[in-house]
Amino acid sequence: MVSQAGKPLVAMRGIVKRFGAFTANDRIDLDIFSGEAHALLGENGAGKSTLVKILYGLLSPTDGEIRLEGDAVRFSGPQSARAAGIGMVFQHFSLFDNLTVAENIALVLPPGETLAGLDERIAEIGRRYGLRLEPARPVWTLSAGERQRIEIARCLLQDPKLLILDEPTSVLTPQEAETLFATLDVLRGEGRAILYISHKLEEVRRLCDRATVLRGGRVVATCDPRAESVRSLAAMMVGTHVVDVRSRGADALGPERLGVEKLSLTAEDLHGVALDQVSLSVRGGEVFGLAGIAGNGQDELFAALSGERTAASAGAIRIDGISVGREGINLRRQYGAAFVPEERNGHAAAPDFSLSENVILSRHATGDVMNGNLVDLPAAARLAREIISSFDVRASGVDPAARTLSGGNLQKFLVGREVSRRPGVLVLNQPTWGVDAAASAAIRQMLIDLARQGAAVLVISQDLDELFEISDRIAVIHHGHVSEPRATRKVTREEIGLLMGGASQHAH
Amino acid sequence: MSLQIFELVLFTILAAATPLVIAAIGELIVERAGVLNLGVEGMMICGAATGFAVAILTDSSEIGVLAGILAGMALAALFGLLTIFMAANQVATGLALTILGLGLSGLIGAQFIGLKRESLGHLYIPLLSDIPLIGKLVFSQDVFVYAGWALVVGTAWFLSRTRAGLTLRAVGENHASAHALGIPVRKIRFLAVLFGGACAGLAGAYLSLAYTPFWAPGMTAGRGWIALALVVFASWRPLLAFAGALLFGGATVLQLHAQAASIGLPGQLLTAVPYAATIIALIILSLRHRRGGAAPASLGVGFVPER
Amino acid sequence: MRIELETRPVRSTAMEIISPLAAFAIAVLIGGGIIAMLGKSPTQAFHVYFIAPLSEIWSLQEVAVKATPLVLIAIGLSFCYRANLWNIGAEGQFVVGGLFGGMVAVYTHGAINDGLIGGWWVLPAMLLAGTLAGMLYGLIPALLKVKLGASEILTSLMLVYLAELLLDYLVRGPLRDPKGFNFPQSVPFEEIARLPYIVPGDRLHAGVLLALAAVFLAAFIMRRTLFGFDVRLVGSAPKAARFAGFSDARLTLAVFAISGGAAGLAGICEVAGQIGQLQPVISPGYGFSAIIVAFLGRLQPIGILLAGLVLSITTIGGENAQILMKVPLDTTRAFQGILLMCVLAADVLTRYRIKIRLGASS
Repeated sequence: MVSQAGKPLVAMRGIVKRFGAFTANDRIDLDIFSGEAHALLGENGAGKSTLVKILYGLLSPTDGEIRLEGDAVRFSGPQSARAAGIGMVFQHFSLFDNLTVAENIALVLPPGETLAGLDERIAEIGRRYGLRLEPARPVWTLSAGERQRIEIARCLLQDPKLLILDEPTSVLTPQEAETLFATLDVLRGEGRAILYISHKLEEVRRLCDRATVLRGGRVVATCDPRAESVRSLAAMMVGTHVVDVRSRGADALGPERLGVEKLSLTAEDLHGVALDQVSLSVRGGEVFGLAGIAGNGQDELFAALSGERTAASAGAIRIDGISVGREGINLRRQYGAAFVPEERNGHAAAPDFSLSENVILSRHATGDVMNGNLVDLPAAARLAREIISSFDVRASGVDPAARTLSGGNLQKFLVGREVSRRPGVLVLNQPTWGVDAAASAAIRQMLIDLARQGAAVLVISQDLDELFEISDRIAVIHHGHVSEPRATRKVTREEIGLLMGGASQHAH
Repeated sequence: MSLQIFELVLFTILAAATPLVIAAIGELIVERAGVLNLGVEGMMICGAATGFAVAILTDSSEIGVLAGILAGMALAALFGLLTIFMAANQVATGLALTILGLGLSGLIGAQFIGLKRESLGHLYIPLLSDIPLIGKLVFSQDVFVYAGWALVVGTAWFLSRTRAGLTLRAVGENHASAHALGIPVRKIRFLAVLFGGACAGLAGAYLSLAYTPFWAPGMTAGRGWIALALVVFASWRPLLAFAGALLFGGATVLQLHAQAASIGLPGQLLTAVPYAATIIALIILSLRHRRGGAAPASLGVGFVPER
Repeated sequence: MRIELETRPVRSTAMEIISPLAAFAIAVLIGGGIIAMLGKSPTQAFHVYFIAPLSEIWSLQEVAVKATPLVLIAIGLSFCYRANLWNIGAEGQFVVGGLFGGMVAVYTHGAINDGLIGGWWVLPAMLLAGTLAGMLYGLIPALLKVKLGASEILTSLMLVYLAELLLDYLVRGPLRDPKGFNFPQSVPFEEIARLPYIVPGDRLHAGVLLALAAVFLAAFIMRRTLFGFDVRLVGSAPKAARFAGFSDARLTLAVFAISGGAAGLAGICEVAGQIGQLQPVISPGYGFSAIIVAFLGRLQPIGILLAGLVLSITTIGGENAQILMKVPLDTTRAFQGILLMCVLAADVLTRYRIKIRLGASS
């Protein structure tokens, strides 16, 4: 199937891309052959996204050339890349919620092609590759898996020679991922090439024939992933050996510190998810993991727990036995709770504000940075320096703006901002999403250490590896429902995966 | 009320609604592309002043109309350059455009105050135009009224039936996705803004060349702002914008008739009717769908592609 | 050709200072072009517009007096605009403030004259009534936004027309001076209902001090209080403000109350200081010019003070130019619009580096 001896389908040579002073891609060479599944590996910030955006015509390289079947090409934009036979499925999808499936697909047809017969063509693609789609449905009514099918169908309609997939399984249940892999196998069998970006190394070992590893914008290795171990692949990506998180051992659990009882919440907007009778209980000393595919009510649950949205009854949420369902976020903080939302820039932090002002953001309620009604700027600056040094946050300059920090360093700062308060309850949403391996490990360690000191830690995450690594108990959120929690030791990924996909739970 | 008076009232309502329809349709397209241009009033009054001045100088109302359209487009281009290509704040730039337009129109029109022109001719089709009621309303209007109708039908068709319309909606819905697919977001937005400017200029030219027809400083009297409100009121749908414009036209005409009939209410109260009606319309609309669900999702948000 | 914006890693401080100056310089050049097109001498115009108002004590006082309402209103508006809320109806809040404050003077007129009531409280009552009226009028669009989600931009603007019509009606009707030979104006206010002059017999009234106080108060609130932090945070990252526990609704109401109150105070200061009676029109568009002042001052209190002086100078210059050079008054308005455009364009430079490339557009 793989014809490595012949000419590569795509050859990228000496690709350089600079953004101002920052070099995202530094002289990258990459060959992709017809019929192969080629993995592009690397940490967040290694330059993978930049490279594929160049290949898809979204960015123009500062230097270097792209050869397609031997001929040098220069893409003026995605249209010309698509015309040349390159398709791309985006991680966060390039879909339009309020348009229908058919309209979303029609948008990328080459100019001149009519819309007549489009529904029929969509159905044909669906039959051939197992991508069932309803053309008239508006996109916002669809699940993540269904949305991905639109993106893939949209590419296939143009009969691509190369299909780029950016972290395609990050929004899928393990079972949905299996379906995707089956589709990809069919495509490969047809002689199409696949460029597969992922940080799930097991997946890559299963699916791909070859892997190119990027680190710091450069190619550091090209290998056959099937001949490597997950560990060796990880070492290539990270460069150094990542310290394992020290597990917490079997401490005795304390009493319930965060209690949720029959919490229901309507969806805030048209496209939101309603919470339906959510109950859970997190005890002092434990890390409680809540798994789930994005968009199943995690954001709503986080908002309800933090008090950004209040519950209908006070008793729906308890912090250390106190009913706080009707209280706002600041009073909950005063009762000892702390929160880290998913979105770093714009929710957890104000990107244009300095780090010390960002300390004020969440710490003013507990009086650490206030002087009566006035803001105590020196105290905030002191606290910011403390957080930076105790949690190894790399920041340049004196009190820089939050947005100048890398994702990992900002997240360490933001988790540190809350942890340094020694809260009794800590709720986090996707704490290591888009964070590099070293920072992820550091953050997970912070959470385990906090739990060990007696705090109740609730981690909402779609990263099953993370939850299996650090949590004592796991539950699943699906369509605003939370399943019965299970001890992590006694549950398999497959079981959790089924729950994430919505398999009904009759266990209790 | 006799048929004749009824006919006359409907006729004047259509006339009063026309500048609102034209300007609102222009802004509707702009907003569907995700851009909020608050400078409608400024573009409109520049269209009125320029249109009238050029019509006098060339002794041709047709050239005047064209000049009015171009004046609106020129200001719109300035707005587009700042907000779309330089990512300046849309609200503030729109306000600046209004202030600039009001000032410029005063300069342009200064030497033409007090002059008068024959208003633009009305259609007359023998037989058809003589049908009672319908003949007068449908077959005896001036070119602007027909242009307004054509714009309503044309944009409704464009938005729902054409690929270009689909692309425009996509850009207003989610500019990041559109960009990722290679749709030229900024170019489409700029074209939409130019179209909006052309419409505002045309609406202004109608005021000074057909509706009044003379130039007076500040003659748009907030119509540009009312057109903006109409777009919201119409939930970004052309046909509803037309209906809304008729309502507002009705309010304006009612006020004029009441004033003429001197029914004992203070004139200021009657003059206030269209403005108060705008506020009430916005309230009613907000009650209908509280989250502004119909607004294009990217409305008013600047877009800077990384390169 | 393609215009590309490259985000600056850090906002450039040098650009923060240079950009409004550059904007001003460019606007002056464009304005000079317009003057030349009108067939007048740009150099003479420059002198009339920018130099002459600063060359005499009398006109310097006039600059300060005209800057007073601009600065007061703009300081209030800066709270709204910082929070990304768009009160563009300051003109209406100004008018309502002047009207209701002035009504206190009109209704106490005879009584004071007859010695029936003591007079010391009249002026404070006027200032209070004006401020409160502006505040309440400003709260209307805020409430409509908070409760119903109606666009504050459109409602606040429509309320300007209503306020102007109300003033016009009242001054021509119920508030008209019965002994005023049918002129549409109220009785002239008593001495005691006028803002005192700082220098007796001159034009500089005590409203100037109120404007200065507002500048320093605003600077303190923005920089040091939690409320000021909230205002800045909401404008910069609204979701983060919710995470910080601040209420959108309360903040919206607060900033509209502040800006409405400031505009109302400016209105009554104008009526009690400058005009001395109610007239059908009490503002030459201060409420709209203040929008320019707010942005030209980069929404910073001290910047607003300077910008208010600059705009006041051009306004006086414009009046002089009309008399001396027969330049239409609208030139000034057009210039102010151009100035605001230039400021907004220059503002981009503080956030981005601009690169112009030749080639296909994107």
